[in-house]
Amino acid sequence: MTEIFTPPTRFAVPGRIAVGDGTANRWQTATLTEIRRETPRAATFRFAVPAWAGHLPGQHLMLRLTAADGYTAQRHYSIASAPDDSGHIELTLDHVDGGEVSGWFHAEARPGDRVEVRGPLSGFFAWPGDRAALLIGAGSGVVPLMSMVRHHRARDLSVPLRLLVSARGPEQLIYAAEYGPETTPVFTRSAPPGLLVGRLTAAHVAPLLAERPPGGWEAYVCGSNAFAEHASRLLVAAGQPVDRIRIERFG
Amino acid sequence: MNVTRGFTGRPRVDNPGLPPGQYDAGDDWPVLSAEVTPDLTPADWTFRIDGLVEEPLTWDWGAAHALPTSVYEGDIHCVTSWSKFGVRFGGVSLDAFLEQVRPLPSATHAVAYAHTGYTTNLPLADLTGSRAWIAWEYDGRPLTPEHGGPARLLVPHLYFWKSAKWIAGLRLLDHDEPGFWEQNGYHARGNPWEEQRYSGD
Repeated sequence: MTEIFTPPTRFAVPGRIAVGDGTANRWQTATLTEIRRETPRAATFRFAVPAWAGHLPGQHLMLRLTAADGYTAQRHYSIASAPDDSGHIELTLDHVDGGEVSGWFHAEARPGDRVEVRGPLSGFFAWPGDRAALLIGAGSGVVPLMSMVRHHRARDLSVPLRLLVSARGPEQLIYAAEYGPETTPVFTRSAPPGLLVGRLTAAHVAPLLAERPPGGWEAYVCGSNAFAEHASRLLVAAGQPVDRIRIERFG
Repeated sequence: MNVTRGFTGRPRVDNPGLPPGQYDAGDDWPVLSAEVTPDLTPADWTFRIDGLVEEPLTWDWGAAHALPTSVYEGDIHCVTSWSKFGVRFGGVSLDAFLEQVRPLPSATHAVAYAHTGYTTNLPLADLTGSRAWIAWEYDGRPLTPEHGGPARLLVPHLYFWKSAKWIAGLRLLDHDEPGFWEQNGYHARGNPWEEQRYSGD
């Protein structure tokens, strides 16, 4: 049994699951089987990974591309799909300006291409489906949160789950057709008729904290650093305990 | 080698300062804390070293600033695969703090902890020999809260999650105890030159 140091300051946000050795260290071949466009700048890439060890919603992986001269580029990406036994996983990638990895995916990739992945990685942002979950994401920050929403649906979980998802406009809203009553979209630049335009505010967060279930919410925030700072401050101001706010920032 | 069809990648740079699997983030400095950024002013900030030492001590902002200043100019490497070149941090060498508390011969490791409760473990040898700092300036200006201000640990020869933001203290131990990311699957030491990203690497 490994001892764990407890700091005399506040206790940090604890991990959600035990993370074992092994799967994170082995590169596996992932074969692209399908590409689905989500928005003008984002697409979902489905891979066959036959020996995938399984993941929890919210976990990520490391993906590696190799050039003919041996040059490699690797990036962390959140897993978009819910855990299942299909031997497939999905990633949803933004086309980043000048991004060598996302650029390859958006400009070159086609079904049958092979890349390498290792993971799943990190237990911190994982959601096993046990605690009531309040999810707040912006842009492609919704990707790990969508894995949670999908898991919640696929398992028909009864634990409460709410999603606040921010996008510039309806055209930029990833997974727009998949959202149900658990989701409130927030549009910052243009909105469909009848919806307000503006950034996420205390007015979006307050009703969710008012309806917090017994045991409270476990909050998961994902997006750019600016969004994560903004959303996490709104949560703290609304009374969400800081040690129950998990943040994943792009980068 | 598993060559990816059609992948050429960025123009190759002959950069001996770039560890394996890393890329040059240029002017970007991504923020990657997993916690809420704390409201912590210099007046609230303290730094303590205790555990296996002759004399546990706590410094406040003024006492820490009374120590000889020291600057790190060089590179930093994040486990998410970006590296940043030519950064300049100002603060105090950790050696100056350790000289005052006098580690016991039995001390081999340390857990660094933040005012938020974040923890990370390091071999004591990685914190001595002018290789680690308590830093409160970046590029000549006060370190911003999202980058760990008012003061952070700086251990630039290891992956940057070891450089705990909002540093509150070091507990010196005679064994290794995993910190926050280390309990979440990350490597115990995190040497970028050996690509020690995850436990078992």
